Amino acid sequence: MDLTQILEIASCTDPGMVRSHNEDSVAADAASGLVVLADGMGGYNAGEVASGMATSVITSEIKQLLARTPPYTLDPVTNIAIAPRMVRDQVVKANVSIFQAAQSQPQYAGMGTTLVVCLFYDNKVLVAHLGDSRLYRLRAGDFAQVTRDHSLLQEQLDAGLISQEQAKHAQHKNLVTRALGIDPQIEPEVHEYPVVPGDLYLLCSDGLCDMVGDEEIGEALRAFGSNLDLASQQLVQMANDNGGRDNVSVILVRVLREYPGPRGVMGKLFAWLK
Amino acid sequence: MAKLILSMDDQVLKEIPLSRERTTIGRKPQNDIQIDNLAVSGEHAVIVSILNDCFLEDLNSTNGTQVNGKTVKKHFLQNNDVIELGKYKLKFVQDSSPKPAAAPAVDKADFEKTMVLRPGAMRAAAEQAKAMAAGGQAGTAEAVRAAAVKQAVASATAAGIADRDSKPVQAPPATPPAAPSAEATRSPGAAAPKVAPGAESPRPASTPASAQAAAPGAPAARPTVAASAPAVAQKPLLGAIQLLSGANAGKELELSKPLTTLGRPGVQVAVLTRRPQGYFITHVEGTQHPAVNGQPIGTAPHALKDHDLVELAGVKMEFFLRG
Repeated sequence: MDLTQILEIASCTDPGMVRSHNEDSVAADAASGLVVLADGMGGYNAGEVASGMATSVITSEIKQLLARTPPYTLDPVTNIAIAPRMVRDQVVKANVSIFQAAQSQPQYAGMGTTLVVCLFYDNKVLVAHLGDSRLYRLRAGDFAQVTRDHSLLQEQLDAGLISQEQAKHAQHKNLVTRALGIDPQIEPEVHEYPVVPGDLYLLCSDGLCDMVGDEEIGEALRAFGSNLDLASQQLVQMANDNGGRDNVSVILVRVLREYPGPRGVMGKLFAWLK
Repeated sequence: MAKLILSMDDQVLKEIPLSRERTTIGRKPQNDIQIDNLAVSGEHAVIVSILNDCFLEDLNSTNGTQVNGKTVKKHFLQNNDVIELGKYKLKFVQDSSPKPAAAPAVDKADFEKTMVLRPGAMRAAAEQAKAMAAGGQAGTAEAVRAAAVKQAVASATAAGIADRDSKPVQAPPATPPAAPSAEATRSPGAAAPKVAPGAESPRPASTPASAQAAAPGAPAARPTVAASAPAVAQKPLLGAIQLLSGANAGKELELSKPLTTLGRPGVQVAVLTRRPQGYFITHVEGTQHPAVNGQPIGTAPHALKDHDLVELAGVKMEFFLRG
């Protein structure tokens, strides 16, 4: 199913004001409803290699798989749509590629990347993420964070060790607890959320949310929402105006219409029975 | 890691890696690089390595230190520089392959780097804490958890597993040591720099910024505004717009927020952005673009100057800066 007419996508990536090169990587494929954002880490150019590998492996593999089997196809055994497992498998595959490259080539030793992937299908958005790159949603004026960072800070927040206010001033914002390419095995967090036409989704690297407060991001999206290209540039500009200490990347996705997956007779029956 | 290749009369004598923060060169045996030659002073020179940068400093030697044929007192060593001490030559070679692990001291110095905290480290620390708790040593569960987390941070910092910084920060010696703590206390919301933005951006100004750079020149024509121009650079003045036509003519709108939306949704919308450099107007929606001083603006943000006339959705307004 081609989602080109249903999803409006804009992206912008920038090295920021301090760093000399960009280790973030973004990829989008409107036709298959797939957007990927990765924020690489590791010395010299290794960060770029890791994030680049993550986005390219995941986009190309999922595109190929979707061409053969649509995401809403039900798994014959579990009777669940295949999309979540497909995405999870490809994220794991990307992890293996990056990990092996890091192990086999000394110049890539220690490289890794955070990741956030969204796949839009059947009036839903599937989100898989690792690390501190985030997904936000603007729905009917409400701006909210969808993903929860895999970071030490978030774990401390969850454990009630520190307050939101303390978190803003924390020193160890930079410690992520999950990433691609660091360990041979990973556990991506995968969730699905229903989508409402008009929703605006924002994928961003920590270069944005560390520099710009959530409220300001939300305000910018409300103000510039009708022009996604401008909105993405505005967000990057705001991060840079505030210091731009890290690479800044954003992907904006607006859902223009509903996009239900076609249901067979059995599907209709199940939907009706529910 | 950088290294020095010691040679005499084009005969390579040895290779010396610059693994320490300070590498001393001289005739006396306590030097890291001892050159037993009367032309070399007892304590001749020192090479200070900061991250990937190495600086050569002559320690008031009798015969001086030459780099590439020039006598130097202090020198920032570049790849393939040749240091000459009497008959001896030391070639400085910067290895371009990445360091296996960044120096722990560097990791501590830069809180901005993202590092991966391996789950293993976390689990090990948690288990240790649990064991402690089982032993009846620790108090509440929270305290145990806090200890585990603290330990995990410490171990991750010490190990410096993977830092997200590609380019090790070129810490100039002048950087005040307080900088990292100042960064740590910055809050994302209140991060707007209050200092002159041009001064802290090493990157060449982007298009909107360069457009704004022209702005200070324009108010110079008005003596009253020119006097306050330095203040603009320090802290942006508060701007406001006054409606000149339409139903609300005469009304003033203070532009205190970072973003102010103007116009009618669906017809014509523009956003006024407040940035460290000043105010900008950006066309967002509608077939007709807003006009500034009678000229329609393009798709890029347009810098607003004091007393600019803006026309938007048939309403005329004046932008001005409050002194």
